[in-house]
Amino acid sequence: MHSFEFVRPENAATAITAAGQAKTAQQGAEVRFLAGGTTLIDLMKLEVETPSRRLDINRLPFDKIEEMPDGGLKIGATVRNSDLANHARVQRDYSVLSQAILAGASAQLRNMATTAGNLLQRTRCVYFRDTAMPCNKREPGSGCPAITGSNRTLAILGTSDKCIATNPSDMCVAMAALEAIIHVEGPGGARTIAFGDFHLLPGSTPHRETVLEPGDLITHVTLPPPKTGSRQVYLKLRDRASYEFALASAAVVINLTRGSISYVRIAMGGVGTKPWRSPEAEAVLTGKPANAANFRQAAEAALRNAKPQSENKFKIELAKRCLTHALQTAVNG
Amino acid sequence: MSDKQQPKAENPTRREFLSTTGSTAAATLIAAYMPVTANTPDQARTPEATTPTIEGAVPITLRINGKDRELRVDPRTTLLDCIRESVLLTGTKKGCDHGQCGACTVHVDGRRVVSCLSLALMHDGKEITTIEGLGTPEAMHPMQASFLACDGYQCGYCTSGQIMSAVALLKEPCGPDDASVKELMSGNICRCGAYANIVAAVQQVRKQGSGV
Repeated sequence: MHSFEFVRPENAATAITAAGQAKTAQQGAEVRFLAGGTTLIDLMKLEVETPSRRLDINRLPFDKIEEMPDGGLKIGATVRNSDLANHARVQRDYSVLSQAILAGASAQLRNMATTAGNLLQRTRCVYFRDTAMPCNKREPGSGCPAITGSNRTLAILGTSDKCIATNPSDMCVAMAALEAIIHVEGPGGARTIAFGDFHLLPGSTPHRETVLEPGDLITHVTLPPPKTGSRQVYLKLRDRASYEFALASAAVVINLTRGSISYVRIAMGGVGTKPWRSPEAEAVLTGKPANAANFRQAAEAALRNAKPQSENKFKIELAKRCLTHALQTAVNG
Repeated sequence: MSDKQQPKAENPTRREFLSTTGSTAAATLIAAYMPVTANTPDQARTPEATTPTIEGAVPITLRINGKDRELRVDPRTTLLDCIRESVLLTGTKKGCDHGQCGACTVHVDGRRVVSCLSLALMHDGKEITTIEGLGTPEAMHPMQASFLACDGYQCGYCTSGQIMSAVALLKEPCGPDDASVKELMSGNICRCGAYANIVAAVQQVRKQGSGV
């Protein structure tokens, strides 16, 4: 691991000013906020990330889950994944989020990993994690060996000819379906970012993964008031029963009125270069009867633009069945 | 060589062997982490007692197994390396060093974490419990006794991590069935494959309702 300066800022303003001195908030940032450390310390050991300053934000007052006046929920940036997943309100009203978090990582990692850190979780692409290999995400312009190499677990949606790395987060898939809002404070003040606008497609700049700029500090995430009577399911398919990243996953929030779908939100994981909301699948289902034929049509719509790589064509059918099964499970509820 | 020293020389423990062979690898490892200039094993075993020499080292206090440890650590030092190499509590094991195997599991303020993906500095003032803080061979924690009774190990390398996880699990939301235990223990890999006995050991303690 490269050496670095460890700083514990007294408050958010100090942290933002210190981080604002970096040239980028993306891959290779000289200054990094340190929360749970489960991604960043791993990548620093691999020398994929080599920040010269680390700002420990664990003791800033962002570790609370609070009720919002509108009935929504405010989740602090450093709330641990396990505390979020086991929170009574989350289990009752946003159960897809609880299910998604508990489907990810291990109990130990969930005790460490934070809300904001999970939003910024990095890809598990083996080429990104290996500094002996080229990688456009790690070293822009160096190439993408995954396209012709080991790509079984990589993305089929949102890819470019520069990068096919999968976003590995489970939490983010649920938050996409719940239409969470990300709250950021930066050198220019506070702002909010709709969940769907937070992560970027790789395009020709895969080293840019989010809209965050230097000094931007995620302070909390808010969830809108829960959909009364909604049924929620997170289904994750993977190579082993536990402690593995998704090959395909689906988050479903669905309301039925007399057998018809009056409200539905769908997001998928393990298949996209970012947490993959599917407005196409939602459009197919809205106003339609909740039955197997419509669920299959929605899955076809969700994967219509899928582009398989040499080793992961199976993911297209897997993802379709994953979504269909999640929808069926939700309505059978 | 006197008679007194004879048995030790003939039958050294693995740790004594490693710490006295003077192999390049062992020497390098110790030099990298020991904040001391001592030459003898005895002096090397009390790192807090002497002046550190690591450039850029930062003072921290960790309360490990009920005892305050005043340490000076390089900011890069993981909690795992600090526990093993600075405090010399070697019951906590380094497996993958990337948060994938669970061998390094310890408790921070009562919650289980993988100590390899955490910096020692992040835990200044925190309460750390390692396997050495759970029990002793004479007065074992119920979970340690249960692993012994159920034969919940083979080579033993993952065992301290398994036991630290299992003890934490007793206070976590966990269904009563074996499947729930397997799910919540999935962050601890056992390459010998002692899983069935590990689950049995955990369930035995839960059914007894002891050790919580």
